[in-house]
Amino acid sequence: MLALGFLVLAAVLFLGLTFWRQRSPASFRIIAAYERLNRSVGLAVENGTRLHISLGRGSLFTARGGSALAGLAMLRRLAERTSVSDRPPVVTTGDASLAILSQDTLQSGYRAAGAEEQYRFSTGRLTGLTPFSYAAGALPTIHDENVSANIIIGDLGTEAGLLAEASDRENTNLIAASDNLSAQSVFYASAQEPLIGEELFAAGAYVGAGASHEASLNVQDILRWLIILAIIIGAGLKILGAPI
Amino acid sequence: MRVFTAALAIAAGLFVLSGYFFPVDQLIELRVRLIDWAIIIAGMAVLIGIYNLIAVQMEKIRTRQKGGMYGALLVVALIITFGLGLILGPENPYMHLTVDAIIVPVEASLMAILAVTLIYASIRLLRRRVDVTSVLFLAVAVIFLIAIMPMPFAAALPLQDFILRVAGMFSRGGARGLLIGIALGTLLTGLRVLFGVDRPYGGN
Repeated sequence: MLALGFLVLAAVLFLGLTFWRQRSPASFRIIAAYERLNRSVGLAVENGTRLHISLGRGSLFTARGGSALAGLAMLRRLAERTSVSDRPPVVTTGDASLAILSQDTLQSGYRAAGAEEQYRFSTGRLTGLTPFSYAAGALPTIHDENVSANIIIGDLGTEAGLLAEASDRENTNLIAASDNLSAQSVFYASAQEPLIGEELFAAGAYVGAGASHEASLNVQDILRWLIILAIIIGAGLKILGAPI
Repeated sequence: MRVFTAALAIAAGLFVLSGYFFPVDQLIELRVRLIDWAIIIAGMAVLIGIYNLIAVQMEKIRTRQKGGMYGALLVVALIITFGLGLILGPENPYMHLTVDAIIVPVEASLMAILAVTLIYASIRLLRRRVDVTSVLFLAVAVIFLIAIMPMPFAAALPLQDFILRVAGMFSRGGARGLLIGIALGTLLTGLRVLFGVDRPYGGN
């Protein structure tokens, strides 16, 4: 019942704040990695290089699907913004359903920008179905396809280290976030500006995906404070010997 | 059509979610049925994904891109393995041998490369970013490695146990904090899809 209540509260807050954010857009703190991302997108369009976007291998049938959906929301916006480029972004995934959704999202982005003829189905790729085969399949994209920035957002494990290393060797920008703790620690050591924890889910809001993404961040903040309060009160009651 | 796909996706999502919260037999049955259908579709998606993999590699070969030879090797190996799998069946010992003798060693080699890569990345961390958290990150990693290191002639030292308990307490707390944040992000991402705001299924 508590979980249902939490869900309903989140839904009500989300709807309310989305309407509010449509009227007054939010201003967020600066996250260096997203600043770099926005710069990289502009640079890629200007100098005719490519973006490589890795959405990881988060299956939509597991709890890991959340990060994949967040990555798709960001991809949609990036596809729109890079639709004028000669070289469209390449998306690599390690899950078949995610690969199909990435193709669909790319096409939607181009359609929204009025450039559907730019879309090529080969720009949304499944590179492997196991963690290391996925990484091995994505490496040639980083090395051989004139990529100027690697945006890795999704569910990956330690194999993310291979992608980060390849990006470093090619001297390209790396913007990386994952919902997996192992991958987060790998990115912390490898990326110029690492994204930690829930910052992954802020991608949409920081690339201008709209009021709903801004409202999502506000709701996350509110819920986080509620959880912090609950933890403090629970710890206090426990210390006082209350039966909880 | 777009409205129809969005309505269908939202309805399916709502039914599956309701099936988790309300223990009504019909809802639970509907949830299981919808998930079964989704799993069948995901199975078909793997075939489409493999077609995509072959098409991308064939384009590489056709346009004589760098690494086209590896692409050809991949396509040939894929066709042979797929054909043998259809004829012999996935439980055949030769099919097991394909996995044990080729895929496992290749992935193990990549894992070995990864170990070296991660050590190299850790060494370069302080060259890339010198701040308190980076130093702390490296120091804790080194202390942890020493603490879990096996002692050649003795059982674990009391100091090792102490380090693991103290550092583990902080790292568990930190990990839970990160996971709570990720759970909240996942919840809100799910709500956006459920309300049809994000439509990654081509409805946007």
